[in-house]
Amino acid sequence: MTPATTEDTVTTQTSNNPPKDKLVDMLYQMMLIRRFEERTMQAYQQAKIGGFCHIYIGQEATAVGAVAALVHDDPIITAYRDHGHALARGMHPNYCMAEMYGKVTGCAKGKGGSMHMFDKANHMYGGHAIVGGQCPLGVGLAFAIQYEKKNNVAVCFFGDGAINQGAFHEAMNLAAIWNLPILFVVENNGYSMGTAISRGTAAADNLGAKAAAYGMRYAECDGMDVLDTYNVFKREGDLSRGSTSDQLGLEQKGGGPCFINARTYRYQGHSMSDPQKYRSKDEVNDKKDKDCINTLVGHLIDNKLATQQQIDELDKKAKQASRDAIDYAEKSPDLPMSEMFTDVYAEPYGPPYVKGGMPKMITDNNSGE
Amino acid sequence: MQTIQYREAIREAMEEEMRLDDRVFLMGEEVAQYNGAYKVSQGMLDEFGPRRIVDSPISETGFSGLGIGAAMYGLRPIIEFMSWSFCLVAADQIINNAPKMLYMSGGQFGCPAVFRGNNGAGGQLGSTHSWCVESMFASVPGLKLAVPSTPRDAKGLLKTAIRDADPVFNLESERMLGLGARGDKDFSRYIKDTWAPPTTKQDEDFTIPFGVADIKKPGADVTIVAAGRPVHFALDAAEELEKEGIDCEVIDPRTYRPLDIDTIVKSVRKTNYCVVVDQSWPFASVGSEIAAQVYEHAMDDLDNKVIRVNNDDIPAPYNRTLEQEMLPNTKKIIDAVRAVTYSA
Repeated sequence: MTPATTEDTVTTQTSNNPPKDKLVDMLYQMMLIRRFEERTMQAYQQAKIGGFCHIYIGQEATAVGAVAALVHDDPIITAYRDHGHALARGMHPNYCMAEMYGKVTGCAKGKGGSMHMFDKANHMYGGHAIVGGQCPLGVGLAFAIQYEKKNNVAVCFFGDGAINQGAFHEAMNLAAIWNLPILFVVENNGYSMGTAISRGTAAADNLGAKAAAYGMRYAECDGMDVLDTYNVFKREGDLSRGSTSDQLGLEQKGGGPCFINARTYRYQGHSMSDPQKYRSKDEVNDKKDKDCINTLVGHLIDNKLATQQQIDELDKKAKQASRDAIDYAEKSPDLPMSEMFTDVYAEPYGPPYVKGGMPKMITDNNSGE
Repeated sequence: MQTIQYREAIREAMEEEMRLDDRVFLMGEEVAQYNGAYKVSQGMLDEFGPRRIVDSPISETGFSGLGIGAAMYGLRPIIEFMSWSFCLVAADQIINNAPKMLYMSGGQFGCPAVFRGNNGAGGQLGSTHSWCVESMFASVPGLKLAVPSTPRDAKGLLKTAIRDADPVFNLESERMLGLGARGDKDFSRYIKDTWAPPTTKQDEDFTIPFGVADIKKPGADVTIVAAGRPVHFALDAAEELEKEGIDCEVIDPRTYRPLDIDTIVKSVRKTNYCVVVDQSWPFASVGSEIAAQVYEHAMDDLDNKVIRVNNDDIPAPYNRTLEQEMLPNTKKIIDAVRAVTYSA
């Protein structure tokens, strides 16, 4: 069992920043998420996208920094504000946008929608739409890693509202008793829908106490600073990676689970239909001064790691990819009626259930189809 | 006749599948060091060790969700609920996550997990511990629901469940775990081949497919449909009614989802009378569904309405007499058969 939170387990800035190429790629990922979601909002307003749609803009550094610190086959799972995680994980933007359009070329053939982004090839175990419901699933991923004796770490993202759910408590407890390799990440944007965290969460200004209650490591990162996020996830991920438990008959090793408080902010409403009367424009504008993309751009320019021209090119590329995603989604065929009864069961199971095939997955290499 | 207990049949199914497939593990409350709250998993910790026989804390949301996540990753969890009554606190996991994952992910992530445990009234446990969950869960697409009534079915169906790529709810019964042990009435005069699992070396390959009903007792005069523990009430009733010259056919669907309606309808076409027994509450129950399907398929073959026998529409009482009276018991089935065949 790891010691409860102490001051020195709380993050301090380290200088193990990723190499230049990776930094530039991280900037591109954040730009892509932002431009992609700007297009998403337009498409939603044009009623091309239905249902609930939760925009990640403002929080990009958390998903991008965290994912950049992982290895590709570390499984991740998140809540319904999930476009950013999917893109950061490597889901092709076409595939993500087509899902929101309900097209058969979407990541879940248009059966999941905005809140349910799944991508097996990229080890993305879904967006999950019941608050906190994915926390025990994340523990299952970590249990399976330990069971199979793999050197991975699972990452379970959730919003600050999920902290108040019972599923969060049970997940934290199980992970702690079995020393599971998992990072629980609260993307703490300060509001669960319209309820400020201090109104809904006990000890909201001391979330480390939540981790301490399970004897779990605790870390904080500035979720609007991609370098800080990266460094914290790298450090904590390496401590948790490959953890095993003697309770499960294995040699006890590794740092076990960690609870990471990523302090961040969403610029948009909770969902597309949020009038945002619970916060002031000044508050939003203050946060925008710390914008994650501007901060990284400043870092790259100040340290002569990139030129303004290169950065403009990246943004252009992100805009183009987002436009292409819209085009792709628009032109893709609808989910056909023949898919209505497929994927209910894995095997053929009497009429009317039949097993359907998967559409061809698109990758960077064949996205021009 | 082999005297394997129902609980031993469940254990054998799990042990055999665990020997065949390292991805299979058992998790639940008291399954390991305690040897199972009802001794179903007795001795399994010794053979398989704490990696695969895992004691969980009392944390149904946590460990059932863990099973689903592990299944998505590629393992084959068996999640034991000490009682299905305790699954209600994990409803979001077992009915919102498990059966919908394959569909929501467009076929990418399934949930090959088994959830199993005792269902229905035990012995004077009061209303919170006496849930019959079949009617509530049978309406959820994406899951499968098995309700074994004999040691043979318990073993064969559970082995199928463990191998199945979809989430399976296996509803057992505290009142049946000891079946086969104490010289219980086993009705083997009717069902000589279908009481106990086979004992030969081919046991490992013995499975019972889902969606195939079993004729527990052939008969000519009236069809009684029952699954799980009520099968025994129905066989008791059939024995009694035989003395009155009424020859009952007892059909055990064995799985409610998928449901072998064809075998039921075939029987009704022969007997022209139908009583449907299930141990959940009557409103919108699996029994109601079967009755509706019988009407849909065999309306013209029925010589009377279908009569349903259910748990009474009340929370389970603690009082022993009332509890027994609430069940879809032998007496109620006898009355129903007499009424439906105009013999009352």
